[in-house]
Amino acid sequence: MWPIGNKNVHMKVGLFIPCYIDQFYPQVGIATLQLLEKLGCNVSFPLNQTCCGQPMANSGFAALSKNCDKNFVANFRGFDYIVGPSGSCVLHLKEHLHDEQHPGEAEHIRKHVYELTEFLVDILKIEKLNASFSHKVGLHNSCHGQRGLHLSSMSERMLPAFSKPQQLLSMVKGLELSLPVRSDECCGFGGTFCVFEEAVSVKMGKDRITEHSANKVEYITGGDVSCLMHLEGILKRNGSSVKTIHIAEILNSNA
Amino acid sequence: MSARETILKAISANKPTLVDLPAIDLATVIQYGDLVEQYKTVLQSIGGGTIELQDINSLKAELQTKKANGDFVVNRIAALGDVENSLDHLTATDLAAVDTAYLEGSIAVAENGAIWLYESQMGNRLLPFICQHLVIVIERKNIVPTMHHAYQQIETAKEGFGVFLAGPSKTADIEQSLVIGAHGARSLIVYII
Amino acid sequence: MSTSKLSHAEAAEQFIKDEPRTDWHDETLWFVRQKRDKAAHGLPEWEKLREWASQIKDHTLSNLDNYLKEFESKAQDNGVIVHWAADGEEHNRIIYDIITHHRIKKIVKSKSMLTEECGLNEFLHAKGIETVDTDLGERIVQFRNEPPSHIVLPAIHLKKQDVSDTFHEHLHTEKGNNDPQYLTEAARQHLREKFIESELAITGVNFAVAETGGIVVCTNEGNADMGAHAANIHIACMGFEKMIPKAEHLSVFLRLLARSATGQPITTYSSHFHKPREGQDMHIVIVDNGRSRQLGRADFRNSLKCIRCAACFNTCPVYRRSGGHSYHTAVAGPIGSILNPNIDMRANADLPFASTLCGSCSNVCPVKIDIHDQLWKWRQVLVEEGYVDTTKKVGLKGMAFVLARPGLYRFAGKAGRAMMRMFPWLLNNKLNPWYKQREMPAPPKESFRDWYIKNKQQ
Repeated sequence: MWPIGNKNVHMKVGLFIPCYIDQFYPQVGIATLQLLEKLGCNVSFPLNQTCCGQPMANSGFAALSKNCDKNFVANFRGFDYIVGPSGSCVLHLKEHLHDEQHPGEAEHIRKHVYELTEFLVDILKIEKLNASFSHKVGLHNSCHGQRGLHLSSMSERMLPAFSKPQQLLSMVKGLELSLPVRSDECCGFGGTFCVFEEAVSVKMGKDRITEHSANKVEYITGGDVSCLMHLEGILKRNGSSVKTIHIAEILNSNA
Repeated sequence: MSARETILKAISANKPTLVDLPAIDLATVIQYGDLVEQYKTVLQSIGGGTIELQDINSLKAELQTKKANGDFVVNRIAALGDVENSLDHLTATDLAAVDTAYLEGSIAVAENGAIWLYESQMGNRLLPFICQHLVIVIERKNIVPTMHHAYQQIETAKEGFGVFLAGPSKTADIEQSLVIGAHGARSLIVYII
Repeated sequence: MSTSKLSHAEAAEQFIKDEPRTDWHDETLWFVRQKRDKAAHGLPEWEKLREWASQIKDHTLSNLDNYLKEFESKAQDNGVIVHWAADGEEHNRIIYDIITHHRIKKIVKSKSMLTEECGLNEFLHAKGIETVDTDLGERIVQFRNEPPSHIVLPAIHLKKQDVSDTFHEHLHTEKGNNDPQYLTEAARQHLREKFIESELAITGVNFAVAETGGIVVCTNEGNADMGAHAANIHIACMGFEKMIPKAEHLSVFLRLLARSATGQPITTYSSHFHKPREGQDMHIVIVDNGRSRQLGRADFRNSLKCIRCAACFNTCPVYRRSGGHSYHTAVAGPIGSILNPNIDMRANADLPFASTLCGSCSNVCPVKIDIHDQLWKWRQVLVEEGYVDTTKKVGLKGMAFVLARPGLYRFAGKAGRAMMRMFPWLLNNKLNPWYKQREMPAPPKESFRDWYIKNKQQ
């Protein structure tokens, strides 16, 4: 059933569940874990992990995230790969994770930390998924995953088109995918931007939702819970029937 | 210390280590099958018009008609007959009354519709800008594919002034609505000989 | 320039209150971005051109003092008078001296963001000297006593009705006639008069070529040329970063500039000035105003590669929804947010935070400035230098403290999902900006970790 299943057993995968997923969206963590295990990975979740440090760093307080970095390295040393269902957190780690006492281990982590969809496409190279999700789904391309990790081609660049999330979603039975008119415009979450620039943040989110709604989607999906949490907050406030769902949940949905 | 010395000293202290210029490989830039067609298409898209001529005589007739009608026409093209040579003394007020100016272009660029004009081809720097309508004649053989090729063929500093001119004057400063004829020429017709 | 005292966030909130107008502003600029995309797609070598442009600018910055000296000497050979100004004040003073020396009364000025940066109009106005801005958009905002809101499209924040009202008041056009063609024609007639009678013309500079001592000025309207060729004195003002080594390099930049800015293949006029015309005086003022300091900041120096195309404005989802005036500086948008803290860190400390760091700006930049990375880096500098307000600091310090301690993190999480307290954006009260227009996420029964221990750990 899982064509590349067992050959992945040798991979020791550290499951990185960003703090806000751990606390507010445990189902995304569960789906990520189950999906990786279905694909034959040997996954473990280091229990003392907290946060990648991004909220502080993006607010100008990178200096304050040193201890977060240390804690991250302590939790995730020794894995072949570290996989997390968040492009934003993974990008932060790739660009900024440092540990003066363990520079080699920090470097190994920077080079081996993967966002979930890129791990599935680039490392596991999966070509089939036994998943089905019979709904109209709109894809939100989160900026850090897209422009930072190059999970898909970008509308600004004059380069060949590709999309790792779309490639995976196309393997899901029954799923009808649509993209908004502006296929890669930011939703306006932006970390602490969402409160310090509340008006612009919400307006950006509303505009994304308007475009998805025009496609009559039932769900908006994406690779970053932070973006989805922001969009969900606006959808709920406005009494919309459109729901948000992390891509891991769709890819893990049972046939 | 003078501002000049202060600035140059600060730059010298703060500049990064010398890095090389890139090699610009013209083999990798866009190529057009038909330069004339490409030129015409682009110029039309930016508000200009093009007319291909087998010889320059029909244009000569047009010029004569305009003159006969009493239009203030300035001709700078020898092949079209008498050339207006003493434009230096004309003031902006004089030139503002020019209806149509006929100029000869050096090089035309297929990728963007631009034509290079030397000051000597204008007769007066203000003329191509202040005239109401502009006619430029270029030779088919002088159409080059891109700006890279154009700069290989012109010598920008040969004269005091020169311009790449692409289409009539335009603006979109009011609600992004394109309006042709902002301050400069209201129309540009390019004759390709 | 009338500087607003509001922070970007406050001014943006004001702007967004008129939602239909915000939508219009957003869509208008998005349309410009799409035109840019189309133009860029037309050239298979687009990404290569960007790389060449970036490398030419990197090279120039690494040899800038020598190129400036070469440029100065060539320009002087060409009969141009070259001035140097350490800051905006000195730049304004130089121009003022030329004006008074020649007892000039009639001055026209084409678009120069440098003169906006230096506050030249205000400086001269205070001395009783009026300049007429001749770019249509700039003339509109000048009539309205507003600063430009965009470096390429100065009046992009205005609707045609606004322009019609302004022209009715100042040019006596028909009331209620909103036709752009009609309004542009009125400006044409009005400004032709100004060109013809002008004694002195001020222009900006798009590129300065070291090998020839020449300058290139790009416009669509032809206003820089109308001014410079009609007046007996031409003053061209340039930041010293406008330098490029050779005339042949103009090809790379002219191919990128208009395509990036408006999607045009080239501006209507790309004018190459080398010598004053007979009987004319030509001056070039080379300005530092903080640029040499920026050159010394390794993290930020490549912001000096900017060619002022404004592609980063048009693509920026924040700029499109907050308007240029919310940036309270001459150069707004993402590039302004990395240039202005260098000029005044305290006054512009809010700007690097006026971004989601989405990265679109860096992707469209024709000279490959890493704009969004520099925004991130400026945030670190501003915090370190103490330019970030204390509530933010206290909140983030508390957050960092908790998140560095797994036990405390779990305790905070368990305390009735008081976890929300750890995230400044999830403070559970009505003053919380998150909650103003968004619901909170529903706290689940258990955290992922709790689930994992229960279900996965043997």
